[in-house]
Amino acid sequence: MEGIKLMNKKITNRINVFLFLLPALVLFLVILIIPIGLSGYYSLQEWNGIGAMKFVGIENYKKVFSDSVGLGPAIRNSIILAILSTFVQLPVSLGLALLLGKGIKGERIFLSVFFMPVLISTVVIGQLWLKIYYPEQGMLSVLLSGFKIGGKSIEDGIVSWINNMNAKLPIPKPPYKNVPWLGNQYTALACCFIPILWQYVGYHMLLLYAGVKSVPPELREAAKIDGATDGQINKYIVIPQIKPIIKICVIFAVTGSLKSFDLIYVLVAKPKVADVPSTVMYNEMFSANNYGTGSAIAVMLIVLCFVFAMIISAIFKKED
Amino acid sequence: MDTNESINKISTVGKIVIYVVLGIWTIVNLFPIYWMFTFSLKGNDEIFGDNMMGLPRHWLWKNYASAMGTGNMPLYFLNSTIVAVATIAIVLIAALMATFAITRLVWKGREMMNRFFMLGLTIPIHSSLLPVFLILKKLKMLNSYQSLFIPYAAFSLAMGILICSGFMGDIPKDLDEAATIDGCGTWKTFFLIIVPLMKPAVSTVGIYTFLQCWNELMFANTFISTGKYRTLPVGIQALSGQHTTDWGPIGAALVIATFPTLLVYIFLSKRIQDSFIAGAVKG
Repeated sequence: MEGIKLMNKKITNRINVFLFLLPALVLFLVILIIPIGLSGYYSLQEWNGIGAMKFVGIENYKKVFSDSVGLGPAIRNSIILAILSTFVQLPVSLGLALLLGKGIKGERIFLSVFFMPVLISTVVIGQLWLKIYYPEQGMLSVLLSGFKIGGKSIEDGIVSWINNMNAKLPIPKPPYKNVPWLGNQYTALACCFIPILWQYVGYHMLLLYAGVKSVPPELREAAKIDGATDGQINKYIVIPQIKPIIKICVIFAVTGSLKSFDLIYVLVAKPKVADVPSTVMYNEMFSANNYGTGSAIAVMLIVLCFVFAMIISAIFKKED
Repeated sequence: MDTNESINKISTVGKIVIYVVLGIWTIVNLFPIYWMFTFSLKGNDEIFGDNMMGLPRHWLWKNYASAMGTGNMPLYFLNSTIVAVATIAIVLIAALMATFAITRLVWKGREMMNRFFMLGLTIPIHSSLLPVFLILKKLKMLNSYQSLFIPYAAFSLAMGILICSGFMGDIPKDLDEAATIDGCGTWKTFFLIIVPLMKPAVSTVGIYTFLQCWNELMFANTFISTGKYRTLPVGIQALSGQHTTDWGPIGAALVIATFPTLLVYIFLSKRIQDSFIAGAVKG
């Protein structure tokens, strides 16, 4: 009798576990796990979504690096973004976090203001910057036309630089009258990176600030009594303590750069001007209907993100 | 005494430098938002003319009328709200249940299961884009609310479980045991004891999920092609395509899309920040 009761209890327990997990498992399998498998499968096929699939092996993985698809330059661009993110954006965030974390008047207000851009939709931010970068009449052009060095405005200087570069191309392009900020390959990428870097400073700052705040105040006090300056306290006490969070921020900055899509999609309509892997993938899938090559890029993106996350973790471990 | 004074002197100069730096950064952060509000009320003559950055001379509320009318912003707003509410509801139900199974029920493999769900934190949405698009196409579910809220829920789930685990771990296990002794079954314990105690987790997960789906572009742009189900990001893109020369209404649309988030942020800034910290630091 007791045995059967215990068994029944065990079975109900198992059924309960299953039922409690069911909604999450179904969502997870159908939307995340199975699609990864499908992406891997599509990436080995030549397929336009309508006709029959044709197995081509790893052909798509070679094809994506051809000039017509152009994944190579796109990956290079996103690595530049990752480097800028890690070595420009993160130090700014860390500096702000250390300043605010020290405990100054108005700390919370500054924190809230600096975090605000993170909450605004990337599309909204993209549209705003689209107006800022508008050729000739946009804010950037108007500002740069006003600044004159040696009788020539900065805007004019940039125009002649772009025209010089274009004239040297194998097929020269007609000269511009004013800078098409987002429409030429020399300035578009930088113009996209500025809002991306600007928007997420607040995000990293918030995480690092939380870390700075979690450093026990006694440690700070003790160092102060021993005569340490603020800089020394930050260098020898605070930063080593928040290393795990710095690691997370670096991982987010690098994988986020590899995955970035929204802002560049909104800002740059033309392909090949400021490509990143996601925009190349999107074009392959939904403009060119090359589902195979598009999926190959998707798979490579996942792998790249995992590999970079692991490399960064390893670097931080080695440092300890 | 001497050293103290010199420290104080340095810190007054230092303080001024600190506030100047923080002040400049405040302007860098607020200016685009200020500019958005002002150009939403201007006509082209002022936006392109001599009054690019100042307050509007003529307050053109008709920009808002046009964003609301021909711009269809109320519809996009409603769509975004429906999708966000449905996503949050699904994430909360699924995450609370799964967390309960992982942290409170005793069974082999719960650690493994947790690690499995945490994979979701690192999987980018890119890998699902095409397969989910094709699945939805096959099921004739493109251009519907569920084509967005189901994928959104799936991608917010890992963070939901992560946040819920943190909060559920704080609830003493004695409570479950007492409930069991009082004759509560597993389900009763979950609904009557655990869920009511998870209110802080509910708001944290809700806020996080809201921001994820309110601003999402890639899925929404792909899965929705008819105007009827457009969410705000896609709607703004469409609007910007129509009004290439007339910027005022676009500005108004941007304000309409941003305003609710900023308004909520003013009242719940600490809570919103905490939800981001909880998500990242524990991951």
